[in-house]
This record gives sequence, C-alpha cells and structure tokens, in this order.
Amino acid sequence: MYLIVVATIVSIYAILALSVNIVTGYTGRPNLGQASFFGIGAYTTAILAGKYGVGFMPSLIISGMIAGIIGLLLGLVSLRVKEDFLAITTIGFNFVIVAIFQYVPFFGASMGLSIPPLKLFSIPIGHIGLLAIVLLLMLLVILFSYRLERSWLGIALVSIRNNEDAAESLGIDVRRFKVISFGISTFIAGLAGCVYAYYMGFIMSYNFQFMTSIAILSMAVVGGLGTIAGPIIGAVILGLIPEVFRFASDYRLLIYGTILVLMMCFKPQGIMGGDNSTFINLIRKTPPKTAGMDK
Amino acid sequence: MFLQQLVNGVVIGSVYALTAMGATLVYGILRVLDIANAGAYVIGAYIGMTIYALTGNLFASLVATLIVSGLIGVGLERFIYLRLFNKSPVILLITSIGIFIFIEDLLRLLNGPYAKRFPAKLPFDGVQLANLSIPGTWILVMVVTAVLLFVLWYILYHTKIGLAWRATAQDIEIAKAMGINVNLIVALNFFLGYGFAAVAGSLIGIMYNSISPTMGDIPAYKMLAIIVLGGLGNPVGTVIAALVIGLVETFIGGYIGFFFPRDAIAFVALIILLLIRPKGLFASKNI
Repeated sequence: MYLIVVATIVSIYAILALSVNIVTGYTGRPNLGQASFFGIGAYTTAILAGKYGVGFMPSLIISGMIAGIIGLLLGLVSLRVKEDFLAITTIGFNFVIVAIFQYVPFFGASMGLSIPPLKLFSIPIGHIGLLAIVLLLMLLVILFSYRLERSWLGIALVSIRNNEDAAESLGIDVRRFKVISFGISTFIAGLAGCVYAYYMGFIMSYNFQFMTSIAILSMAVVGGLGTIAGPIIGAVILGLIPEVFRFASDYRLLIYGTILVLMMCFKPQGIMGGDNSTFINLIRKTPPKTAGMDK
Repeated sequence: MFLQQLVNGVVIGSVYALTAMGATLVYGILRVLDIANAGAYVIGAYIGMTIYALTGNLFASLVATLIVSGLIGVGLERFIYLRLFNKSPVILLITSIGIFIFIEDLLRLLNGPYAKRFPAKLPFDGVQLANLSIPGTWILVMVVTAVLLFVLWYILYHTKIGLAWRATAQDIEIAKAMGINVNLIVALNFFLGYGFAAVAGSLIGIMYNSISPTMGDIPAYKMLAIIVLGGLGNPVGTVIAALVIGLVETFIGGYIGFFFPRDAIAFVALIILLLIRPKGLFASKNI
C-alpha cells in the first residue's frame, strides 16, 4: 500500500520532470513556473469532477487542454522577454496563479477543493488502478518524448537551444516553435495535475507553490536536461529522498539542499547527461553580456 | 493619513532596496539570480539578535552582522559559485536555491522553528507630529539604509575600486586583460551583497521585533521582482524600483484594500511592466 502510494507520486513527478524537459531541456528556455500549470490542471479537474461530476477521461483531457492553452498564451506573451527575464516572468506567473487559487472563492480560496474518488465506467478504482493509469500516462509521455527527439519538431527545438540566430537564419520559425514547445510542455503538466488531483483527493494552492516548480526543475536538471532517462531518474532520486530519509525527518530539507548543491557543483550536466553532446551546448560558452542587454 | 502612508512606504521600500541590492550586485557581475542572498537576510537577523543579546550595543551588532555575513558570502563565492561560473543560468539558480534551503533549515535546526523576539533599545526616540507618527525603529531603518547606500554609491562611482567593479560587470574577461584583480572585485561584490542583505534582515527583525527561520521566503522572491524592475544589475534602478514597490504596496493596501495578497502585487506589476518594457524599468547600457 505504502509502496503503491510512493510509486504513484514518483511517477507523477517523472511526468512533470519530462514536461519541463521539453521546454527547458530541448528548447533551452528556462521555465520556473511549471507548478502553476500543474496546479491549473489539478484545479480544473477538482472543479469539473468535484463540482460538476464530470468523469475521468473528459476531466483529464480538458485539464490538459486548459493548461496547454494558458501555456500557449504565456508562451506567446513571453516571446518578448529573454533568458533571465523569462525565468523571472515564469516565477512571477507562478506567484500570481497561486495567489488567485488562494484568494478567489470559486477556487475554494484558502479552504482548498476536494475531488471524489476515481471511477472508470462507474467502477471505483483503488490505489492500484490509479497507479496503473499514472504509469500508462508516464509511458505515453516517454514515448512522446522519444518520438519528439527524433522528429523534425524536436530537431527544430534543439536547434533553437543551440543557437537561436543560426536556427532563424536557416529558416526555422523560432517564435512559432518556442510557443509550440511551451504549449506541449504545459499540456503534459496539466495532465499530471489531473491525476495528482485524484491521487490527493484534496488540493490547496499550497501544493503548487514556486518551490514545487523548483522541485520539478531540479529533478530534470539533476537527472540530466535534454535526455529522456535523466528526468525520470531525477524524479526517482529526488522524489524518494523524503521517503528514504524518513528516519531523519528533521534533516530532510537540509539533505535535499545539500544534494542539490553537491550535484550542481560536481555533476552539473546531470546524472544521465555525461557525454551527451546536446547538453554541452546548453552550457554558456559566450561571456555574459552587460546586464539588461541582449546580444 | 497620506503622509503616514508615504513614510510607511518609504520605510518598507528602503528595506527592500537594501535586501535587493545584494542580489543586484551579484547579478551585475556573475549574472546569477542569487536567491541564496535571502539566506544572508535570515542569517543576518539571527547574528544581529545574538550579538545584540550578548553586547547590548546596537551599532556593534549591525557592523558585526555585515562583516560576518559578508564573509559567509565570500566563502560561498569561493567554494561554490566560482566553480559554476560560465555554466547555464539554470544550474546556478538551482544551486542558489539549494543553498537557500540549506541555510534556512540549518537555522531552523539551530534555533527552533518558532519566531524569536529582537527587542532593541534605540538611542533615540520616535517623532510624533499632529497626524504623523514615526517610530524610532523606522528612523533607524531609514538612516542605516541611507548610510549604507551612500557608502555603496561612493565606492561604485567615486573610487578606483568602483571603476574596476564597473569594468568587471561590463566584461569580466576584458577587465582581467586590463590588469584588474577580478578575484578581489568578485569577492568584494559578494562581501557587500551578502552583508547588505544581512543588515536588512537585522533591521526588519528590529522593526517587527520578531525573527524566524522562514522570514526569508518572501524577500527571496520579491527581491527578484525588484531587481528586474530595476533593470537587472543596475544599482540605482534597484533603489528606485524598491521604493516604488514599497510605496505601491503600502498605498494599495491602505486605500484600495486589494483582494490580492500584498506580496503578489510586486509580481503583477512585474509581469505588466515586462510586457511593456521587456528589459525592465531602468534598463541601462552601462552600470
């Protein structure tokens, strides 16, 4: 029972880490607000299933769609800002979304929202069923990432990361692909939000704070950005830390912080990113420019 | 009422300025969004309280806070940031968040999770006018901030070290080629950056007479909004942006009573502003 619950949450983390990998790992644009899309998905499900009694499948798809559409809009809007400004815009977006969840009564305000137990074809599904659904979803996301890496779209995204100007000069519509990658990534985060809402049974704005975004991004970075195995391994390692160190529960955050710092110091390319040439290009080679200016 | 709100806003704004100045200085040279700087803010509050409790001398405790936290900043720079220089900004950001989590949790383990009091006796009294009252702590905050920012401004714009600092901020490689001791400049940068944030933490602790291990959470992220509004790495812009945010928060809170939490206002302002001026309010070409 305990194992099933832990496996479910780790798989949800893996889906999220893979989703942020699409925008940060492949396209190379920092996204520090992924938890807000995760939250949008979860709240959509909570409202649809909890208030209107909508079933699982429609909730899942609508959650993904709404998160994806808002993601597309943020992607469009954030075309205007670059690098560090983009990072901060996504942080700001996360704070604003959490504030809305916390203060608008429709979203349950500080009381949160509850979600009825998961039913499929009006048969209640227990924890094992939910784990199966989450694993299936994770498998689909892995397959999708795998296909993406080998598709023209994936190549276009990686070319934007490696050298935006060169990509543009080769006729790649950089703006369009940036927005598309944002949309795909947030769509997946919305799906993860839906299953998370069912998993928790009760959600609050607190679950989708900026720190959650950081946790998601850390998983992808610790595992290895721009790879598929990396974010999954990162999710398993960082997701299991709280469970493994349960005996030292008072020191868990201390250990978490230490592992993040040590990983970044000694293996900044991530566990799986060792000889991956795509990652090396992510490391800044050019000297930084004057603050507030772009190239 | 208006005057009261104005003074209130300026006080809040000056603490923001001091807190954000550290992050601005670090960003100016290393291009890192240094969230760990808010760790110095928390450390500063605890060091300030401890030394004040031991010596009872407010001035000495503020100076010691600045120096000790500044040295911690230099240590972090030497042992952690310097290794990661030139790596992707995402890596540096995650490192700094790791450090921040570590610092906050260490202080929680050392001091307990509950808020502690910081009862400082001031050498002067507050001002009481017809419809305006300025507590002594507010005067302390404004005076200390003004002095520190003046010292910083003098160092940056009127000394040789400041010239070297500005050269390093523009291009670290060329500055090195020109014979500037870049290591020294970066160390000084971290010393002042962490020291200022620490003093800001101490001042906030005195002002609200309360310090806790999680007091850095909100400044950590609000600081980011302020340094962006100020044009990322621009010290003068940061001060203006901090005052603007302090005043806007106070006035909106005081007159309109926004349904939004006070702390989200800075980010709403940030997002709207970035859409109009993608490079911040006071983007400047040279620092």
